[in-house]
Amino acid sequence: MIRIENISKKFRKLQVLDNISAIFQKGQVVSLIGPNGSGKTTLIKSILGMVKPDNGKIFVNDQLINGDPSYRENIGYMPQIGRYPDNMKIGQLFKMLQNIRGIHEEKLDKYLLNQFELEKIFDKPMRTLSGGTRQKVSAALAFFFDPSILILDEPTAGLDPLASEILKEKIVQEKKKNKLILITSHILSDLDEFTTHIMYMQEGKMQFFKDLETLQEETGELRIGKAISRIMKGEKFTNEWIDKILEIKKDENIY
Amino acid sequence: MMKLSKYVLYDILRSKIILAYTLFLFIVSISMFQMEDNNSKAILSLLNIVLIVLPLVSLIFTTIHYYNSYEFIELMSSQPMSRTRILLSEFAGVSISLLSGFFIGIGIPVLLFAANDAGLALLFTGAALTLVFISIAFFASVLSRDKARGIGFVLLLWFYFTLIYDGLILLVIFNMSDYPLEKATLFLVSLNPIDTGRIFVTLKMDISALMGVTSALYKDFFGSNTGILFTIGIMLLWTVVPLWLTVRRFQKKDL
Repeated sequence: MIRIENISKKFRKLQVLDNISAIFQKGQVVSLIGPNGSGKTTLIKSILGMVKPDNGKIFVNDQLINGDPSYRENIGYMPQIGRYPDNMKIGQLFKMLQNIRGIHEEKLDKYLLNQFELEKIFDKPMRTLSGGTRQKVSAALAFFFDPSILILDEPTAGLDPLASEILKEKIVQEKKKNKLILITSHILSDLDEFTTHIMYMQEGKMQFFKDLETLQEETGELRIGKAISRIMKGEKFTNEWIDKILEIKKDENIY
Repeated sequence: MMKLSKYVLYDILRSKIILAYTLFLFIVSISMFQMEDNNSKAILSLLNIVLIVLPLVSLIFTTIHYYNSYEFIELMSSQPMSRTRILLSEFAGVSISLLSGFFIGIGIPVLLFAANDAGLALLFTGAALTLVFISIAFFASVLSRDKARGIGFVLLLWFYFTLIYDGLILLVIFNMSDYPLEKATLFLVSLNPIDTGRIFVTLKMDISALMGVTSALYKDFFGSNTGILFTIGIMLLWTVVPLWLTVRRFQKKDL
């Protein structure tokens, strides 16, 4: 569904993305993991067309991203920091996006809207909202149009435990509908419940991209957090090791 | 496109700055017409307002609006919406609001008190200058991410067009007074929309006879249909070229 071919991006001198290639398929829940500043958000924004890569191509549903915005109809995006027009009220925001996308009332997914009880505060202006409520709005918006691709950038950061549970529950439900879900998070324990694939990035490079079973087998750890920390600290983490992983990936690959 | 402009417009009208601007223009023009017993004198005073205040307000208002609606632009760019459409909607929203402010504030009084050639020329010049400077302001704001820099740049542009450029022209004319400069100055004037507007309006008034030989040539030129077409063309160029540059730049920009 999403095919990324050799994309690179430099902000001034800083190489944020370094020749990244990957394929994400339907039904996968891909966790993008990596330290701060490793390029996760930039990668996501490149898929959304908000950041223009210096070179390389991105295809969404076999459509090359080059200015035609229609592919974004299939994408629900929850940004890391939801920034919205200050004067707009929550209700207006949802109405406006519905109006712009031209989607009928009955096709909307209002599950999160109801669960987060956002409809009660529909006439509150966005500027008065707390960080957590903003995050709830972002989440509800991402799922609102029932898109086939969900891109969630740090979805649970800033949410209270209850809301966080609701959101994770929702992600599991959407996964069952055979959607592609891309998630970045630093709270690795949150990812355990639904992740099928893990993509590890560091300094703009993709260190590995593999499914959860392989990772669990190789590290002998069931939990993502432990597996990753073992890899990060571990004796196994050498260049040869990465090369080997990538080689295997290339063979069985999807190209 | 209008869908999006509607929201931009709504956002602008909420802030009531446009209302204050309209009221200010209305009071100024009514009092001009009341104070001066001769209507063309009032037009002349209004011309100075149009040539100085209108560009300034258009530049500053547009720049501030652009930076304030950055969140909105960001949000829209993650939706199925092309960058060109987002930017042109912003342009349309700002233009509609500033133009209606101008037409209500100055247009109505002028049509009431001095609906002659000079009055109409003044209205055309005002409307054209508004569009020109909105367009220039968008270009300046797209260039820089920093609000203070954007506004500073726009203020510099205003100084350039209203003060510095005239000084430069005078310098050229003064130093080269031995040569026939009529055609050359005509060209130089067209490089500044404010000067073009000033000459276009003054030549519709009787006082132009007092301005000597050069003005006789201008009167010939600007008084004719070619002159009107020339002025419209210059104003159109000054609107379209910066806008086109803005769109091009905006499409490549990382949000």
